[in-house]
Amino acid sequence: MIAMFNVSKTYDNGVKALIDVNVQIKKGEFVFLVGPSGAGKSTFTKLLFREETPSRGHIMVNGVNLVRMKNKEVPYLRRKIGVVFQDFRLLSTKTVYENVAFALQIAETSNREIKKIVPAALEMVGLSQRADDLPSSLSGGEQQRVGLARAIVNKPMMIIADEPTGNLDPDTSWEIMKLLDDINKMGTTVVMATHAKDIVDAMQKRVIAMENGKVVRDEQKGAYGYEN
Amino acid sequence: MKINTIGYFFREAFASLRRNGWMALASASTAAVALMILGASLLVVLNTDYFAATVESEVEIAVFLNDKVDAQRAFDIGEEIKRVPGVREARFVSKDDALAELKKNFEQKRGVLDTLGENNPLPDKYRVKVDKPEQVRPAADKFGTIEGVAKVKYGQGVVEKLFAITKWVRITGLVVMGLLALAAIFLISTTIRLTVFARRREINIMKYLGATDWFIRWPFILEGIILGLLGSLVAVLVLYFAYDNLNQALLQSFPFVPMQRDMSIILKVYELIIGIGVGLGAIGSMISVRRFLKV
Repeated sequence: MIAMFNVSKTYDNGVKALIDVNVQIKKGEFVFLVGPSGAGKSTFTKLLFREETPSRGHIMVNGVNLVRMKNKEVPYLRRKIGVVFQDFRLLSTKTVYENVAFALQIAETSNREIKKIVPAALEMVGLSQRADDLPSSLSGGEQQRVGLARAIVNKPMMIIADEPTGNLDPDTSWEIMKLLDDINKMGTTVVMATHAKDIVDAMQKRVIAMENGKVVRDEQKGAYGYEN
Repeated sequence: MKINTIGYFFREAFASLRRNGWMALASASTAAVALMILGASLLVVLNTDYFAATVESEVEIAVFLNDKVDAQRAFDIGEEIKRVPGVREARFVSKDDALAELKKNFEQKRGVLDTLGENNPLPDKYRVKVDKPEQVRPAADKFGTIEGVAKVKYGQGVVEKLFAITKWVRITGLVVMGLLALAAIFLISTTIRLTVFARRREINIMKYLGATDWFIRWPFILEGIILGLLGSLVAVLVLYFAYDNLNQALLQSFPFVPMQRDMSIILKVYELIIGIGVGLGAIGSMISVRRFLKV
C-alpha cells in the first residue's frame, strides 16, 4: 500500500533528512520506525501524509503518486490517514466529544452520522464517560486516547503515529499500544515512529531502523536494537 | 457544501467575534469611520455633479435683436432659432417686457429708472435654452449669423469653468475614496490577522485532519463580512441622518442651493457603501488567512 522509491529529502537549509530510501509497506502491516533523533523518522512520516514532498524519488500511497498529487487533493488524502502526535494536538476550547466530531465535520459528514460514529469511537478508547470534559481536565494518556479516537473516526486506511507514547508513563503507554494493536487488527495499517525500546521489543512487529537518513535495517518481528 | 457545514461556519464566526469582542468592536468602528468618510465624499461628488448639471441646464443664451427689426422679422428670427439643433425653447422678450422686468428688480431705486423718461434703451431679445450644456457655444455661434441679430450673450467662460471644477471634485473624491477603502481593508485584515494568529494551532490541526483551505477560510471570511457589515450599517445610519438634516437646513435657509433630493439615488449610495463594507471585510480576511494555510 505504501511504496517509496529512491526517496531523498533535502530541506531548504541544506539538511539531508532522507537519502535514497526504498521501503514497501503492505496493507494491514504494523511497522515501527526506530532510530536516534535526527535519523529521518519524522521526515519519513511527514512524507506519507504529504506535509513534505521528496526532493527526489517517488512515493505511492494506495496507488496514488504523492509527488504528482495536486495541492487541492491533499485534504482528501489526509482524511484517509489518521495522524497521532506526541503532543496530542487537541483543541483546548472543544470538549472531548467535539474534538473527535471535528475530524468528521471537516470531512463534511452529516450530523446524523457524526452522532452515531463519535460515541462508538469514544467507547472503543474507553472515554464515553468523559465526552463532555475539556482536554485540559484529562490525563496525558486520556488525551492521547482522544487523539486516537479522532484518528480513527474517518475509517482511515492507515494510522501514522509520531512518538505517540513520548509524553506518557510506561503503564499509560501500554494502554495506547494496546489500542493501536486493536486498530491494526481491524485491518488498518499502522506506522509508528518511536524511541520506546521495551515496547518495540515486546510487540514483535516489523522494525525499520534508520540512521543519518538511511534505512539501515528492516526486519519482521524485529527488536529495537539500540541502547537508549 | 452541506447545510450543517454552513451552520458550522456561522457558529465559528460568531464564536470568534465573541472571543475577541473588544477588538471586533474597535475594528468595526474604525471601518465605520472610514466608510462614513468614504460615503461623505461619495455624496459630495454626487451633489457637485448634480449642482453642475442644474446650473448647466439653467444656462441661458440671450439673443439681442437689431433695433430696426420689425415684428414680422422678429417672429421669423424666433423660428430660425428654434430650428438650430439642441434648442429646447426660445422665449421672446419684448423691449417693454424687459423694461417692466427691470423696473420690478429696481423697485427700491425707482429714481434711477425715472431718469429714462419715456425712452426705452433696451432691445428686443430671445431667451434661449438648449438641451445640453455642451451645445451652448455652437448654438450661440449659429445665432450670431442670423440676420437682424445684434448680439449673442451667454455665460461665456462660466460653463467651461464649471466643467473643470466638477472634474476636479470628481477626481479628488475618487482618490479619497480609494485611500479610505485601502485603510478599511487594512483595519479589518489586522483584526482578522489577530484572530487567525491566535488560532494558528487550530488551523494547523485542521490541515492535518484533512480540511480544505476553503473550509478553514470561510469562518474567517464570514467574520470579516460581519465586521464590514456592522461598520457600514453604522456609517449609513450616521450619513442618512446627517444628510437629511443638512438637506432640511439648506431647504430653509438657502433654498436656491440645488441638492440631490431624489431618495432612490441616495439609497443607491447607501447600498453601495454596505456592499463596499462587506466586500472589504471579505477581502481583508482572505489576505490575513492566506499566510497560515501553507501546511
